[in-house]
Amino acid sequence: MPGLTPASLSAEAPPAAAAAPVETRRKARFSPWHESWRRFRRHKLAVASGVVLLLIVAAIIIGPLLWRLPINEIDFTAKLQGPSWAHPLGTDDLGQDVLARLLYGGRISLAVGLAAMLVAITVGVLVGALAGMSSGHLDAVLMWLADLFLSLPQLPLLLLLIYLFRDALKTAFGPEGGVFVLIVVVIGGLRWMPAARLVRAQFLSLREKEFVEAARALGASKPRQVIRHILPNALGPVIVAGTIDVAAAIIAESTLSFLGLGFPPDIPTWGRLLADAKDYLDIAPHWALAAGAAIFLTVLSINFIGDGLRDALDPRSVI
Amino acid sequence: MAETLLDIRGLKTWFKTDDGMVRAVDGVDLHIDRGETVGVVGESGCGKTVTARSVLKLIDMPPGRFEAGQILWQGRDLIPLDQDEMNKIRAREIAIVFQEPMTSLNPVYTVGDQIAEVIALHQKLNRKQAMDGAAEMLRLVNIPNAQRRVHDYPHQFSGGMRQRVMIAMALSCQPKLLIADEPTTALDVTIQAQILELMQEMKERFGMAILLITHAMGVVAETCQRVTVMYAGKVVEEAPVKALFGDPRHPYTQGLIRSIPRVDRAARHKERLEAIPGTVPSLLEPPPGCRFAARCRYVSEICVRDMPPLKEVGPGHYVRCVL
Repeated sequence: MPGLTPASLSAEAPPAAAAAPVETRRKARFSPWHESWRRFRRHKLAVASGVVLLLIVAAIIIGPLLWRLPINEIDFTAKLQGPSWAHPLGTDDLGQDVLARLLYGGRISLAVGLAAMLVAITVGVLVGALAGMSSGHLDAVLMWLADLFLSLPQLPLLLLLIYLFRDALKTAFGPEGGVFVLIVVVIGGLRWMPAARLVRAQFLSLREKEFVEAARALGASKPRQVIRHILPNALGPVIVAGTIDVAAAIIAESTLSFLGLGFPPDIPTWGRLLADAKDYLDIAPHWALAAGAAIFLTVLSINFIGDGLRDALDPRSVI
Repeated sequence: MAETLLDIRGLKTWFKTDDGMVRAVDGVDLHIDRGETVGVVGESGCGKTVTARSVLKLIDMPPGRFEAGQILWQGRDLIPLDQDEMNKIRAREIAIVFQEPMTSLNPVYTVGDQIAEVIALHQKLNRKQAMDGAAEMLRLVNIPNAQRRVHDYPHQFSGGMRQRVMIAMALSCQPKLLIADEPTTALDVTIQAQILELMQEMKERFGMAILLITHAMGVVAETCQRVTVMYAGKVVEEAPVKALFGDPRHPYTQGLIRSIPRVDRAARHKERLEAIPGTVPSLLEPPPGCRFAARCRYVSEICVRDMPPLKEVGPGHYVRCVL
């Protein structure tokens, strides 16, 4: 009976397979954040930028501890020197070490960038959430306000605000703290509008979603619906806007310092380094180049990270 | 006589629009006793869902507003209650399951988190206990590997499974009444049967009442004890399920029953499915007289002139028709 052989063979095969139940279910949780991280990693430029930014951050945090040259010691015998072993990035017109000043200035520039971003995002999320949840008159007024702020010429307004409030804040928080608070609030306070509009748009669509309705039907109060159910779903675009805000705030701070309206001259920030260097561009280009490159690299890498995040956090994109 | 849980009396939920008042629910009476399953049927746009949402006060006001009537929950009128007081009734006493299981769960949390949230919100329990409760609920609604599945996200569940999760969530605080707003409409037929069976099982287990809103007459015949037929914001017929299917009195009910697809007849006799001609009338300033008059095959002069009253034609069988 040759015809029976294949049948008996195939009849024996399945129990063997079933005997060892395939328990290879991965332990990893497929949370939306894991999924986003997986997609972010595929964005080569963003990952490279992340590494660059991490190096910059590490350098400005650890750097001043290792490179212990003073930032404010004037030595006219060593002024405007090019790069050397003693001064890898050369010296400025007062004989101060550019590398030491760059590392220290990075702390302030990045701190301003981050703090201004936090101010912008916080105000933006609050205004956007309020507008998105209220609809009607309050929504109209808030969005009208956002449009108003968007149409104001930013730089003259920055200058005016700093001129008006600098002295008051200096007496309140000390010369450095006062300027820091002023710059952060002014830069952040003039950049909340994009975040507010993003958040409002997200809220308008999210608050009609069934899961919000379901949460409401099962007894979630309004604040709980907003904070627990709507906000986390609206965060993706806000995070992206945040990275762009960091970069923009660093540039804004550099602009202010370049115009001499930022921190006092004895505190080196990247913008001030650039401003001081501009008069010696022809005899000591290394000075301006160092400061310019630091701003350029930082802002560029933050923008690339923002690009990568935008792709990674957008559920519609398939990478 | 069983205890009455919910007693809706003359409820009118109207919506203010630019064109005028839309009378979505226009004088509805409905009552549910403890442990009973009551079906509400009707076409899309006849006010079923608005009635259901009115009970939990999920209507956005404005544009909606309660024009008249009472919603008595165990003798207490819900209409004057504010949202904080309603939140104590939602889930704990009356819970609702919506139609769309695919989007009714929040994508950023695990299903366990979401069930635990409801439990923690209404019962004074810590996170661990709430999560255990969530796993227990998932097990009750027959989700395999419940202990592990609580840590999964909604996108890892199929539509039928998600509806089970929604039911688990709704029942997590053992409500006395479950409002199911077309719970099976978005699911395919075999899953529908499973979900209905699950609801029946849960009903027996927790001894709750069910208000089942649907447009599927077959679902009603299978699960309900009593049926209310709605048309254009009004109750047109109310009867025990046997009386309704055995002796439908309102022409609209007769039409609904005739329009149930019968696969066997369609295949054998090439019979065309009968439909009720016309569509649901606009609820904007409706004319006097019977709302169904424009589509009724037995229409007469009196139908157009006056709204017929709801009259009793048999034990517990009421119909709003002059015939």
